[in-house]
Amino acid sequence: MDSAIATTHTHDAGHAHGEHEHVVLPQHRHHFETEEQQREAGSFGMWLFLLTEIMFFGGMFFAYLLYRNWYYPAFAAASNQLNVPMGAANTAILITSGFCMALGVWAAEVRQKKTLVITLILTTIFGMAFLGVKYFEYKEKYELHHIPGNNFSVSMFVNPQNYPQYPDTYAEKPLAPDMAQKTQIFFFLYFAMTGMHALHMIIGIGLLVWLIMRANRGDFTNGYVAPIENFGLYWHFVDIVWLFLFPLLYLINRHPLH
Amino acid sequence: MSHDAIHSQAHDASNVTNPEHAEHHIVTPLQYCYVFATLLVGTAITVGAAYVDMGVLNPIVALAIACFKACVVILFFMHAAYQTRLIKVTIASGFFVFLVLITMTLTDYLSRSWGLW
Repeated sequence: MDSAIATTHTHDAGHAHGEHEHVVLPQHRHHFETEEQQREAGSFGMWLFLLTEIMFFGGMFFAYLLYRNWYYPAFAAASNQLNVPMGAANTAILITSGFCMALGVWAAEVRQKKTLVITLILTTIFGMAFLGVKYFEYKEKYELHHIPGNNFSVSMFVNPQNYPQYPDTYAEKPLAPDMAQKTQIFFFLYFAMTGMHALHMIIGIGLLVWLIMRANRGDFTNGYVAPIENFGLYWHFVDIVWLFLFPLLYLINRHPLH
Repeated sequence: MSHDAIHSQAHDASNVTNPEHAEHHIVTPLQYCYVFATLLVGTAITVGAAYVDMGVLNPIVALAIACFKACVVILFFMHAAYQTRLIKVTIASGFFVFLVLITMTLTDYLSRSWGLW
C-alpha cells in the first residue's frame, strides 16, 4: 500500500492507445471489476455494520421510550437534573468534530496530505473535548449520588426544596419515595446510553490516532480513500446517536413545569 | 462502436458492476459548511424549543428536529445522497426495520395491561 503509483494497463496494439488508459491503483483488488464496484462494496459493507449499530443503540432507545412512559414523573424529575448548557455545548463540539471529519474525507479525495492530517487531528481534539465535558457531567452525578446502586440517593427528588442551587429540580414537585426510586432507571439508562456512546467515541479516537499516522505517511492521498471514508461513516454515525440522545435525555422534559 | 464501449463491454458484459453509471462524487468544503451551519442552527432551535411549553408536542418537536439533523448528516456528511440505489435502499431498510421492531414491541407492551391505565 505504500508505493503510491499506479501501473498502466496496456491494451492490444491494435487499439488506439493513449486515449483510454486503464489506471490500476495498488489498492484495487483483482476480484472487483471496476474501482466503482470496489468502492460501492466497501460502502455497502460499512453501512451493514452501521445497521447493526442502529439495532444495538435501538434496544436502549426502546427501553428509554418504554420506561419513560411507565415512570414519567421520575423520568421528568431526573432528566431536569441534567445540565443543558453542557449537553448543548457537547452537541456543538460533536457537530464541529463531524464537520472536520467531513473535510478530511474531502482532503483525501483531492489528495491534500497536509489538510487531511490537520482535519483528522482537529476531529480528534474535538472528540476528546466532548469526552472532557462528559467527565465533568459524570463527576457531578457521582457527587450527587446519582449513580444507580447501593449509594444512590433519592433525596434530590423527594425533597427538591432543599436544592435551590438546581433551579430546574427546585421547581419540581416532590416525588413519592417509591416513584423517586424509579429515577435510578433513568440514570441507569443515562449511563448505559451515554456510556456506550462515549465508548464508541473512545474507540473512534483510537482509530483516528492510527489513521493520522498513516495519513501522515501519505497512505490515503494517493487515491486510496476508503479507510478515511469508512471511518467517516462511523464517526458521523456516532454523531447521529448523540443528536438523538441529547434531546431525549436532556431536553424533552424542560418545558415550564408549573 | 467506440473503443470505450468495447472496453467496458469486455469487462462488464451484462452491465452489472455499475448499472447506474454512478459517478464518484466529491462533496465540496462549501457544501460541508452549509451542512455544518444547518446543524448548529438546528441545535440552537431544539434547545430553544425545549423551554417553550408545547405540552405533548415538546418531545415530538424535539424528535422531528433530531430526525431532520440526522437526515442532513446521512445525506451529505455520509454522502448517501450521492450513492447508488443499492446503498440508499440499504440505509432506508435499516431504519425501517428499526421502526418495525419498535412498533411491534410497543404493541405488546401497550396491550398487556389493556384498560388498566
